[in-house]
Amino acid sequence: MNYSVIKETIKPKIKVFKESIYLLRRNKLTAIALYLILAIVLIAILSPYIIPYPEHISDEANIQNKFMPPSGKHFFGTDELGRDIFSRVLYGTRVSISTGILAVGLAVLIGIPLGAIAGFRGGVIDEVIMRITDMFLSFPPLLLAIVLVSLLGPSLNNAIIAIAVSWWPWYTRLVRGQAISLKERKFIQAAQTIGTPDYKIILKHIIPNTISPVIVQASMDMGGVILTIASLSFLGLGAQPPTPEWGLMISISRKYFPDVWWYSIFPGLAIFVTVLAFNLLGDGVREILDPKTRKK
Amino acid sequence: MKKYIFKRIITGIIVLLGVITITFIMARVIPSDPAAKWVGPKATPEQIAMAEKELGLDKPMPVQYANYIRDLLKGNLGRSLRTKQPITQELAAYIPATLEIVIFGFLLAVIIGIPLGIYSAKQKDKMLDHVSRFFSIGSVSLPAFWVALFLQLVFYKKLGLLPLGGRLSLETTIFYNVPDITGMLLLDSLITSNFMIFKDAFIHIILPGITIALYPIGLVARMTRSALLEVLNEDYIASIRSYGVSETKVLWKYALKNTLGPTATVLTLSLGYTLVNTFLIETIFSWPGLGNYVATAVTTLDYPAIIGVTIFSATCYVILNLIADLIIALDPRIRL
Repeated sequence: MNYSVIKETIKPKIKVFKESIYLLRRNKLTAIALYLILAIVLIAILSPYIIPYPEHISDEANIQNKFMPPSGKHFFGTDELGRDIFSRVLYGTRVSISTGILAVGLAVLIGIPLGAIAGFRGGVIDEVIMRITDMFLSFPPLLLAIVLVSLLGPSLNNAIIAIAVSWWPWYTRLVRGQAISLKERKFIQAAQTIGTPDYKIILKHIIPNTISPVIVQASMDMGGVILTIASLSFLGLGAQPPTPEWGLMISISRKYFPDVWWYSIFPGLAIFVTVLAFNLLGDGVREILDPKTRKK
Repeated sequence: MKKYIFKRIITGIIVLLGVITITFIMARVIPSDPAAKWVGPKATPEQIAMAEKELGLDKPMPVQYANYIRDLLKGNLGRSLRTKQPITQELAAYIPATLEIVIFGFLLAVIIGIPLGIYSAKQKDKMLDHVSRFFSIGSVSLPAFWVALFLQLVFYKKLGLLPLGGRLSLETTIFYNVPDITGMLLLDSLITSNFMIFKDAFIHIILPGITIALYPIGLVARMTRSALLEVLNEDYIASIRSYGVSETKVLWKYALKNTLGPTATVLTLSLGYTLVNTFLIETIFSWPGLGNYVATAVTTLDYPAIIGVTIFSATCYVILNLIADLIIALDPRIRL
């Protein structure tokens, strides 16, 4: 291939990237959200090594220390077993981020191939896949997740499965739309002309070209998914004790509320900050990608 | 237009059938041995076989499916594993209380969300816009159950202004004859002009109402803002402005009308989310509604009850979606 051709295809990409960085700089709220997410992910990765009381992650009890209000020794106070809530909330980041990534990842894994097949093949296959998608979309996602987990049995793994089952249709829709427009492109038609089998076109040409919008969508969905995990755990359908999961901690704390208020307030604050960071980023990304707001 | 409405209603029915099919699969395929769960852990094999016959589980799947749909059409959702009572009856007893907070939250979303969106759009990129944007994204990022606890901490424990939970205070239930017409206390006390009960019920609904309203408020404010900004950029607004019409008049008389469609759509759709959010907060406020029923059903793994609630909520959701689509269709600019 001619070198100048490569240069030309890369150029606009660099321009878009530079512009995005510029917009990100201008849009302070989005930039703050991005830094916040980096910090949260860092905490999630490092939490086992940086928390002050690593032994408090299990159900080890120090009853003599129970329900201590926030202090210099225990920033967020202690819980009913005398465990350091600060350590548990920090470690909870790891639980929420990893389950969030797993749930979204699973939803993407179901959604992408179905969307690619539906969009590329069209016809009856498309009809069938999209009608099934519609059925799943006609449930509020949290509700579908609640039913599924209560039928599968309450556990964090089943919560992940349930969330994936209620989230995949969005990715199917997204990828299908992409696939339909890709189908008309020259390189796909060229591949078809030389007799490339459909599955190869879908795997090698359609799916790789739909990945970036899917990643954007997935990062925007992380906030909602983390909130759903916390909600399921709050109902007793997600993480089980002694897992330091935020929703579960709030659920347990209700027995001692409002006297031991710190037990409920700090894990909730962690949920809020994390979900907010992802939602702010998602909102900013949407604005950056939207050509209407981009012009101004 | 008529053709579109007809077509949309037909697809609505098809989607509903899909929902029912999914719930059927969930109810009959996922749980292992529903008959054994029905008779309890100590049952003999004979009893389980009898229960299987009674519940119609011995028949082939297609027959079961047909029976399931027939029962649903009759409004029969089966019986609860826990109480052995018909689920339809139980739901009917719990729905009004939930409907009351959902409607209360909806009204708050209209009263607060729309003006917030309008001011945000008017002050685009100024301080107020940033604050309101932050607020609207914040409100959809808050876990409802945590907001509930936080509000209780502030308004009950610290300030002593509002009650912790329940729909009425104990004195009211003892000294007054609480009317029961619609099951919605605010409405019933107004109908019977019983203002003491109205006041008491109102005080009790404030905290759960605000908790439930936060999500739609944020959504509606954002939608109103973006819809209004889009309309204000249209050519016809520019030409109205060129006639020297005042900015206030442009906004209220010409621009706002065209934002009502998208706002109404978001409001309708957010009602479905609000309904499901009540599942998370009703136990916190000891609110005797659907959410409380679900929470108990979930902890006792009473799956027929959970599925009953699911069918009810999903049906509401499908109908709300239908209404939202019809609202869009009412817009004369859209040709169908």
